Amino acid sequence: MTGSGKMRRVVLAPYSLWALLFILVPLCFVAYYAFTDNSFAFTFDNILRFFTATSEVEGKQVYTYLLIFWRSLKLAVISTVICFLLGYPLAYFMARSSERRQKVMMTLIMIPMWMNFLIRTYAWMTILQDTGILNSALSAIGIGKLHIIGTESAVVIGMVYDYLPYMVLPIYSVMAKMDVKLLEAARDLGCNGMGVLKRVILPLSLPGVLSGVTMVLIPSVSTFYISQKLGNGKFFLIGDAIEGQYVANNLHFAAAMAFILMVILLVVMALMKRFTNKRVYGGGDSF
Amino acid sequence: MKTTSRIYTALVFIFLFAPIAILLVFSFNESKSLSVFGGFSIKWYRELLHDEATLESVRNTLLLAVSAMVISTVMGTAAAVGIQKLRSKWLRTALSTATDIPMTNPDIITGISLMLMFVFVGRLFGLANSLSFWTMLIAHVTFCLPYVILQVLPRLRQMDPSLPEAAQDLGCPPLRAFFKVVLPEIRPGIVTGAIMAFTLSLDDFVISYFTSGAGFQTLPVRIYNMTKKTVTPKMYALATIIFFVILALLLISNLTDQNKKKPNQ
Repeated sequence: MTGSGKMRRVVLAPYSLWALLFILVPLCFVAYYAFTDNSFAFTFDNILRFFTATSEVEGKQVYTYLLIFWRSLKLAVISTVICFLLGYPLAYFMARSSERRQKVMMTLIMIPMWMNFLIRTYAWMTILQDTGILNSALSAIGIGKLHIIGTESAVVIGMVYDYLPYMVLPIYSVMAKMDVKLLEAARDLGCNGMGVLKRVILPLSLPGVLSGVTMVLIPSVSTFYISQKLGNGKFFLIGDAIEGQYVANNLHFAAAMAFILMVILLVVMALMKRFTNKRVYGGGDSF
Repeated sequence: MKTTSRIYTALVFIFLFAPIAILLVFSFNESKSLSVFGGFSIKWYRELLHDEATLESVRNTLLLAVSAMVISTVMGTAAAVGIQKLRSKWLRTALSTATDIPMTNPDIITGISLMLMFVFVGRLFGLANSLSFWTMLIAHVTFCLPYVILQVLPRLRQMDPSLPEAAQDLGCPPLRAFFKVVLPEIRPGIVTGAIMAFTLSLDDFVISYFTSGAGFQTLPVRIYNMTKKTVTPKMYALATIIFFVILALLLISNLTDQNKKKPNQ
């Protein structure tokens, strides 16, 4: 039918145009700014600066931006692993409890997500401070004070806190759909608790785990607010570096770092997809 | 086993709610401190009501979220209908890839990329400051669209394709067939997509931060600027109000859900 062919084009045109203008073209602008200088002449300087700039830290010469990038990656991976270790059992317990309880727990998980993460992160700052609530409580029970604020641990606590729901929800939604009969069958056939977990539950929940890992890893590798508040500015992450250059109006270097981050994440995501392809994603598009 | 799992779950929820409990308590603090409680008072709530800039940013946030929701829901639903009917494999892959980008790219890159384009285009037209309500609206619609599309598309797939065909065979024009037959079938997807768009827009900080100008601030951007300086319990009062609004909305939606279910049981 020619009529429906025309209609198809009419309904799809606005979005196609929008995606082109506001998704694809802006990414080209990142590349354009990354490879030009202030007068928009072609240059590799911004990219080279990221890989070669050095500075002195505690008397040692270090690669400034490579160190920042390494730190971002390290803290993001640690946070993702902790989110998985904390979130996986929680998702499992949630999926196994009564329907009413599941509903209540879902709501409880989502309430923090809907509250402004800046204020919640700020509240952690007051908890973790040297004179904060945690240290008052610790010294009251005689443990003594811990210096947490301004350390990498504080940043990891903030990341785990902010992104834990993003790990729990996708794993939970996969587990809630899991057929209980499969677990029973595995037990009947002589599999013990650990065996059921390793051979049945874990493989079946893998799609949820993967989307949870992506949903935690990506925001934690690129955050800047958490590290500014809980890291006392000492633990610069790649997000801080990009934001700092934006504030200083060094748009070309900011674009260069964004470009490098984007390329590295694309490679990581492609590798993750490749390792788990077919079995998890079914090898198809999202449409 | 049962007790272990209950204790574990409780501990994780304590972790999730500890900062929220703290800001609830300290919003009623008499003194300015955020870690030492000096007596009960509602003075920070009173001060919040007189903070014109914050109230303005709340209005801005709602205006932006409603606009972004309406535009992305209409455009996203239309796009889903078009994608569902699409036969060209090439175009389908291209659109699918483009739709994945805002969801998988870190917010900071989405924000920076849009900002660079706005600044560049603004400079072409000789504008010193091109960032405004409109640039933020474009940014918000852009990151909301994929979520709407991915909510509506599965509903369209589940629908029996012979339904609109039947309506058309019986003499219904295509557009009317869409509104009379297709729309009711996919409504749950549209509603979920719209709610997601609204909440994503409401809560977004990073992309708003890079695409907002001096003249138009949303609440998250305002909070960011407030936390740069010393923070008073006023901000906690604001968070407490947000908490109770969310709680009320959730309770209302749960109650209406239960009322809907009862007649069927």
